[in-house]
Amino acid sequence: MKKIKVAILGSGNIGTDLLVKTMRSPYLTCSMFIGRNMASTGMRKANELGVRISDQSIQAIQDNPACCDIVFDATSALAHAEHWKVLERLGKYVIDMTPSHVGEMCVPSINLEDDFLARNVNMITCGGQASVPIAYAIAAVQKDLEYVEVVSHIASRSAGPATRINLDEYIETTEVAIKKFSGAKRVKAILTLNPAVPCVDMQTTVLVQTPSPDIGKITESITKMISRVREYVPGYQLVVGPVLEDSRIVVTVKTRGLGDYLPKYAGNLDIINCAAIATAESYAKSRA
Amino acid sequence: MQNQERSILICDPTLRDGNHAVRHQLTCEQITTYATAANAAGVPIVEVGHGNGLGASSLQVGLSKTSDKKALEAAKKALTTSKLGVHVIPGFATIKKDLRLALDIGVDVFRIASHCTEADITERHISYIREHGREVYGVLMMSHMVSEDVLVEEASKMQAYGAEAFIIMDSAGAYLPSDVTARISALVDSLGIPVGFHGHNNLGMAIANSIAAVEAGATIIDGTARGFGAGAGNTQLETLIAVFDRLGFKTGIDLYKVLDAADLAEINLVDNLPTISSVSIVSGLSGVFSGFAKPVSRIAHEYKIDPRDIFFELGRRKVVAGQEDMIMEVATELNKRGSDEQCKKK
Repeated sequence: MKKIKVAILGSGNIGTDLLVKTMRSPYLTCSMFIGRNMASTGMRKANELGVRISDQSIQAIQDNPACCDIVFDATSALAHAEHWKVLERLGKYVIDMTPSHVGEMCVPSINLEDDFLARNVNMITCGGQASVPIAYAIAAVQKDLEYVEVVSHIASRSAGPATRINLDEYIETTEVAIKKFSGAKRVKAILTLNPAVPCVDMQTTVLVQTPSPDIGKITESITKMISRVREYVPGYQLVVGPVLEDSRIVVTVKTRGLGDYLPKYAGNLDIINCAAIATAESYAKSRA
Repeated sequence: MQNQERSILICDPTLRDGNHAVRHQLTCEQITTYATAANAAGVPIVEVGHGNGLGASSLQVGLSKTSDKKALEAAKKALTTSKLGVHVIPGFATIKKDLRLALDIGVDVFRIASHCTEADITERHISYIREHGREVYGVLMMSHMVSEDVLVEEASKMQAYGAEAFIIMDSAGAYLPSDVTARISALVDSLGIPVGFHGHNNLGMAIANSIAAVEAGATIIDGTARGFGAGAGNTQLETLIAVFDRLGFKTGIDLYKVLDAADLAEINLVDNLPTISSVSIVSGLSGVFSGFAKPVSRIAHEYKIDPRDIFFELGRRKVVAGQEDMIMEVATELNKRGSDEQCKKK
């Protein structure tokens, strides 16, 4: 099968890890790795891997529209809005890694199929990719969720400058996604960075308030959902629950990364990138 | 009397840190009562809100009985001369949801806090408050977890973002006076803004540590009425005022009226006066955030585990404030470990 061509826009941690994952995919090939600075770590890594590189940012795709069918945008929420204007006109299928509110929100274990209609698919946030499947699985068997709260802890070293400056956007986008997929009346997202050495794995707790929860049904639904997520995020696993404690349902999941570009503790980067690759591969298969 | 001319700015988080001691159940009436008394005593800054600050009411760290809006409005009304302060942790609070609201209500002092190594998550929040012309301080929590060099580096970032003063918190009550002297001296030497100290009493050192802080050059000290606060409690405000009086530091606070405010707090706010319980000592020794005391005790009781084992395990995992869900994970694991051992014995 002919591999579909992918351009990666953004040469930071997310972009570079996506490159490693794209190169391993049987359905995708990275035709251009694009940043703004030839000397950056990501650009040098791509160059070593023998991938065509450019420091011309979005202009690189404008100048050579045939270079790709899919674009991963791993820049920033603000930059994405500008990039989308260009990429929409060029008819690209865009997978947005930033917490912008531009595209259709996608969690592969839930709504992958719907997303071929959209041309711009948003991967929400790392905490969203870890928590939405759990909230959705609970909502599937438990009507009328009063309140859903999601709390993620990530290793300090895995949070780059963009994550740190975009903390508010992270919270807002994660909350929109939880509300959309769980239908809960009220939602809240919290993020904590933990500087402990050795680095902690990414961990996400979902706390739910609902009248008369059926833990048996919830457990069954979550177990099924976890195996669906594990199909594209092998390091995703249940750590606590579901249990009823202090009149709330508690579920904790841990995400250990594949260790592609960043160490295994950076499950936060891994989960959002694995979700993006699953989305791109599914698109590639639909086009085959 | 060499200290005669030095003034110390007192910040009173009774209505914020104290909320930890009552699982964030302070009511509007209680806030009004105490804020009125603190205002009458001439306390310069009165901090109000959920124990973990603005926007922190949650299942993770406890739901507030009173919303931020209602609590701040009640306090604002009562404070005619004292400034109204808030504690803000990015990751819980956002600019759109929480800072705008606090600005609208008329909060005077914003203390933007992060874990001791994560100052750069406060950049946008600090500069946002500066742009809006209110007072903004930088705060590093759990400051015992790193060396003075790291604290200086992180504090300098906050100063560069626009913080007008800087505070270290001994969130776990883990310091001894010599630790405080080393850190405060380094910060005073390196920063161009006033430096402050926020103590907890897990190891019985809160007052002694506050003295060490001012002797090393700190000019802002936090204290709460009757030490009302997380875990073993905070530095006791009225004791602090009396001690500073003896040492010749000026606070501008009326001793009789602050004693009255403390009596009022004891009657109106406090369920159980903070004591250095055995669990709090272990919390201080293991360097775990004092706010964990209540949920650890609850979960330990439920899972029939020794709360001290939970604290030491949490300390070993270097958990930070905001990671309360780790208590459940540790309890589950200790429980499993316990039953495995029992199986072996049988």
